[in-house]
Amino acid sequence: MNQCLQTIQDYGLRALGIGERLLPRSGFTLCEQFTLIGSGLIWNVYFAALAVFLGFFLANLLAVAKASGNPWARKPAEWFIFLFRGSPLFIQFFLAYEMLVQLPRAGIDLFGITVQTSWMTRAWAGALLVLVLNTAAYSAEIFYGALRNLPKGELEAADAYGMAGWTRYRRVVWPTAMRLAWPAYTNEAIFLFHATTLVFFSGFPAFQQRGDALYYANYFADKTFNPFIAYPIVAGYFVLLTICLIALFGMVNRRLNRHLPGAAKKIRYRPNLIR
Amino acid sequence: MFSYCTDPSALDGLAWLSCYLTTGNHMLFYASFGTVLLLLAITAPVALLFGFGGAMASRSRIAGVRWFGRIYTSMVRGVPDIIFFLFVPIALDQAFEWLRSRVYCDPSVPVRQGNEFIVCAAAKLPLSTSPEWVHQAYGIFLAVIAFAVVFGAFAANVLHGAMNAVPHAQLETAEAYGMSPRQVNRRILIPQMWTYALPGLANLWMILIKATPLLFVLGVEDIVYWARELGGAKTRAYAYPHPDWRLYYFLAILVFYLLMTWGSERFFDRIRARLSRGQATAAGEAMRKAAP
Repeated sequence: MNQCLQTIQDYGLRALGIGERLLPRSGFTLCEQFTLIGSGLIWNVYFAALAVFLGFFLANLLAVAKASGNPWARKPAEWFIFLFRGSPLFIQFFLAYEMLVQLPRAGIDLFGITVQTSWMTRAWAGALLVLVLNTAAYSAEIFYGALRNLPKGELEAADAYGMAGWTRYRRVVWPTAMRLAWPAYTNEAIFLFHATTLVFFSGFPAFQQRGDALYYANYFADKTFNPFIAYPIVAGYFVLLTICLIALFGMVNRRLNRHLPGAAKKIRYRPNLIR
Repeated sequence: MFSYCTDPSALDGLAWLSCYLTTGNHMLFYASFGTVLLLLAITAPVALLFGFGGAMASRSRIAGVRWFGRIYTSMVRGVPDIIFFLFVPIALDQAFEWLRSRVYCDPSVPVRQGNEFIVCAAAKLPLSTSPEWVHQAYGIFLAVIAFAVVFGAFAANVLHGAMNAVPHAQLETAEAYGMSPRQVNRRILIPQMWTYALPGLANLWMILIKATPLLFVLGVEDIVYWARELGGAKTRAYAYPHPDWRLYYFLAILVFYLLMTWGSERFFDRIRARLSRGQATAAGEAMRKAAP
């Protein structure tokens, strides 16, 4: 028990580079595997939380652009969504990494200020950028579907009250679209969370062996030739966090549907796979 | 490839490029697109079969079979699929080697020795004496199984939903005509479920296409592998020196996938129209009304 506490102290924040520098090399205990894989989970949560948060705003913009009648707004949004939904996330990671590596090493001169670029090739920034753009494209398609399915009566009622433009969007269109899109959006958030495991298997290198949960699980499976311990541990962690995510989004769902008694059905988790 | 390619260092411009793009390694790169298509062509029917089995099992009247089907279909939920892609091939490989080691090796020697998984040479899969292509084929075989297991579970989910969506009155009518449960399944349920299953299956196919680059993670020499190999910077030591061109190789792969998904979408729109014909759904009704 004491030994395990020591392990948690040594490796609990290893994924952030805090604690013991060397990974365990032999005689792997269950405690070590649980601790290291759990510490890798920090990165999965970081990527998922920030990507969902930032992607949400971008997705709303894109959905409105795609639904608009102006081709100058609609066409770029359509192309963006097609590009990111039509290609594998795995390839997007590779491509983004190769592009970011091409940036000049010394930094870019902008109006006399030198902007550093080397941090963009690191996973915490580069992979996050890809995930934000990717989830924005997928969510935008969901929100766009919701905008098209708005009940006609609600829009007519808004017109009858004399609402137009921004007021109508903020008070009628947007809340209703969110309410309609929320179950599908919950699933999108879950897929995105699962997709974060791809980061360190694609172009982005794990700097000083600071990887995510699957990176460490793969490390253990490679070292012990035993896939039956490390992978089920990651799987267990992910099931737990997925349940938390569903609970969190379920709360929002109930809030969105609070004026409709009985409408906030339990969100059914319909899994999709990789993007 | 071409006759003027014998001395690459003397070439430049288009001639250089035409020679560069037809080297032996580039031919392997083009062939690896075939590998991806082959994987899709094999995996899709196998996964559909797995899914069909899973869906039928979760509707079974025998509790044990039903539970097996339920567990299988819910297995992939909540867990990132890439974990399965890493787990299933190693687990299968070790299972095969363990079984063979019980037959071909001295059974008293344990397979797991500390951190090592050791079987004698006769039980290795594939045998260390077998040629390179056997190793590749075995890798692809394991990948197909992994893809089929994961996508089978998803297909089972879709098909299970589709079977439940067939109007119950249809099945009851069939029973009233005196059909046995088997006949009801074969004549009424299965022909009608496809129109309900198609949106889900089309979605699954798109996802399957986009999952194929994961072959690279499984160690198969696929397009991602060759793009990294060929695109990396080549020095004077190579016949065709060039700077880091991986970006362009990955752009080519991106275009390949965009074309694949775009083509599939067009294809599914056609099938959707074909399957809605004569169905008791809104789409079928609209077609009936539109017909003169």
